[in-house]
Amino acid sequence: MRSRIPWLLLAPSIVFMLLLFGWPLVQGVLAAFRSGDSFTVDNWTRMWGDAYFGRALRNTLLLTVVVVPVQFVLAIGMALLLQSRPKLAGVHFYLWTIPLAMSELAAGLVWLSIFSNRGYLNSFLSWLGIAPDGIGWLDYDNPAGMLFAVVVAEVWRATSLVFVIVVAGLQMVPKDFDEAAQVFGATAWQRLWHVTLPAIRPSLQVALILRTILAIQVFAVAQALTGRNFPLLVGETYQWYVNLQNAAVASALALVVLAISLAVSIVYLRTLRRERA
Amino acid sequence: MTATRPVSAPAADRVLPPVDLEPLRRRRIRRALVQLACVLVSLLMVVPIVLVAFAALSTSDELAEFPKSFVPSDWTLDTVRGFVTSTGVLPAFGNSVLTGLYTVVLSLAIGAPAGYALARHAFRGRDAYQVFMLMVRALPIVVLSVPLATIFLRAGAYDTVAAVTLVHTALAMPTTVLITASIFVAVPAELEEAARVFGCTRAETFRRVVLPLAVPGLAAAAVFTFVLSWNEVLGAGVLTIGHRTLPAQVLVALADSPQSYRFAGGLALVLPALLFILLMRRYLLSMWGSRG
Repeated sequence: MRSRIPWLLLAPSIVFMLLLFGWPLVQGVLAAFRSGDSFTVDNWTRMWGDAYFGRALRNTLLLTVVVVPVQFVLAIGMALLLQSRPKLAGVHFYLWTIPLAMSELAAGLVWLSIFSNRGYLNSFLSWLGIAPDGIGWLDYDNPAGMLFAVVVAEVWRATSLVFVIVVAGLQMVPKDFDEAAQVFGATAWQRLWHVTLPAIRPSLQVALILRTILAIQVFAVAQALTGRNFPLLVGETYQWYVNLQNAAVASALALVVLAISLAVSIVYLRTLRRERA
Repeated sequence: MTATRPVSAPAADRVLPPVDLEPLRRRRIRRALVQLACVLVSLLMVVPIVLVAFAALSTSDELAEFPKSFVPSDWTLDTVRGFVTSTGVLPAFGNSVLTGLYTVVLSLAIGAPAGYALARHAFRGRDAYQVFMLMVRALPIVVLSVPLATIFLRAGAYDTVAAVTLVHTALAMPTTVLITASIFVAVPAELEEAARVFGCTRAETFRRVVLPLAVPGLAAAAVFTFVLSWNEVLGAGVLTIGHRTLPAQVLVALADSPQSYRFAGGLALVLPALLFILLMRRYLLSMWGSRG
């Protein structure tokens, strides 16, 4: 009797998640390999043959590889700044966490006002006399500029998630650790590298996996800034489903995103476990 | 207080060595640098929001100017008004609010009992359940949005607030369970036992003892879920045509809309975030502290 109560409480959530995650997952796999009623790989060849696919795949990986490390460095730096108790720490904390409640789309539109051809950045550069006519950051033939804009917007938006996780982790580290290291004459850098970071390792791991998986799913930032000129995998899924009305290819693309996310998670978990051993 | 040169001895016969003020000075410089860095980061966070607000409060003529002045020369609400009155925006706003509220209610109704079970009971399969929830959380939204659209289409639920609510609830579920678990852990079990001793039933105990103590945390969890639903773009965009939420509406209208629409839309999507964080501020750390 006693042991049945927890399962009664858990049951609704399990059933709900199986219905809304498990079933669609199966349906998605089926849809990707089906045309009419027969098995086919046509959807995959069509996806593969699309001119946008290669670029979307490359852009997605590139964005993830650039954004995640930058976010970690920034977030740890910000957390340490706050840890040293500046004046108005509460106000700073509030301002640094605002992007946490901001949608990808909103962040993209915010930075659009800055990076667009007649935007604030170009106005500023023109005022400085560096580039009187401005720079075409978001021009379709300027992939580096687009990547830069998307990276900046994404770093601005999503660093706060890592920041909050790191701050929460730091709060659980006893102050004595740092003080002891200080007494033994460790420099600030040594204390960070050998004391503080190892102590918040679990938080960093959670943040790393979470952020990487979320970075792979980014799309609205790029959509707002560049339309389809800087394609990303999830954005392509959206295109195939909504504009090209092809659910089968969209499902195939979604499975590619899933496969990359799973691969990344597995690699992370294995590496992290091996290092701990 | 702020002695800048070595303090000399009070009496002439007892000469003290001069005080080394160097460490103090270094410390002050460090403090000043920390202070400066904090202000810089804060500016980096705030300035883009201010700029999009400026853009949204400029006339469309001024938006087309180059180089643009940073502060608009004549403030106007025309751009914002244009956005608000354009097709679909107001209904989309309503849909967003409804979807958010339904998602909060549904995810708490399903997730909070699970969170309570995790907080109060040690049972076999507990770890397996937690791993299951973490795995679900790692799945990308796209993977379920597209097939669910097809399923809802067949079931006749496509393009409804209910469909979007279901997807958002599924997205919010793992976090809801984890957050509510950490909230219920913080409610002392002794109080519950005391209530049972004094003759409350299980349900009464929950309603009259546990719930009042958990309400602030649950409210924060509710805001969190609402924000998640409010901001979600992809699922809402894929699942709806006529009954879009606000982000989905803006996303779809992006391709063929003037800059003024985009900036006003950007501002409209940003402003609620300021309020949401203000409401959740005190709970942010405990939410993310519990191992995500």
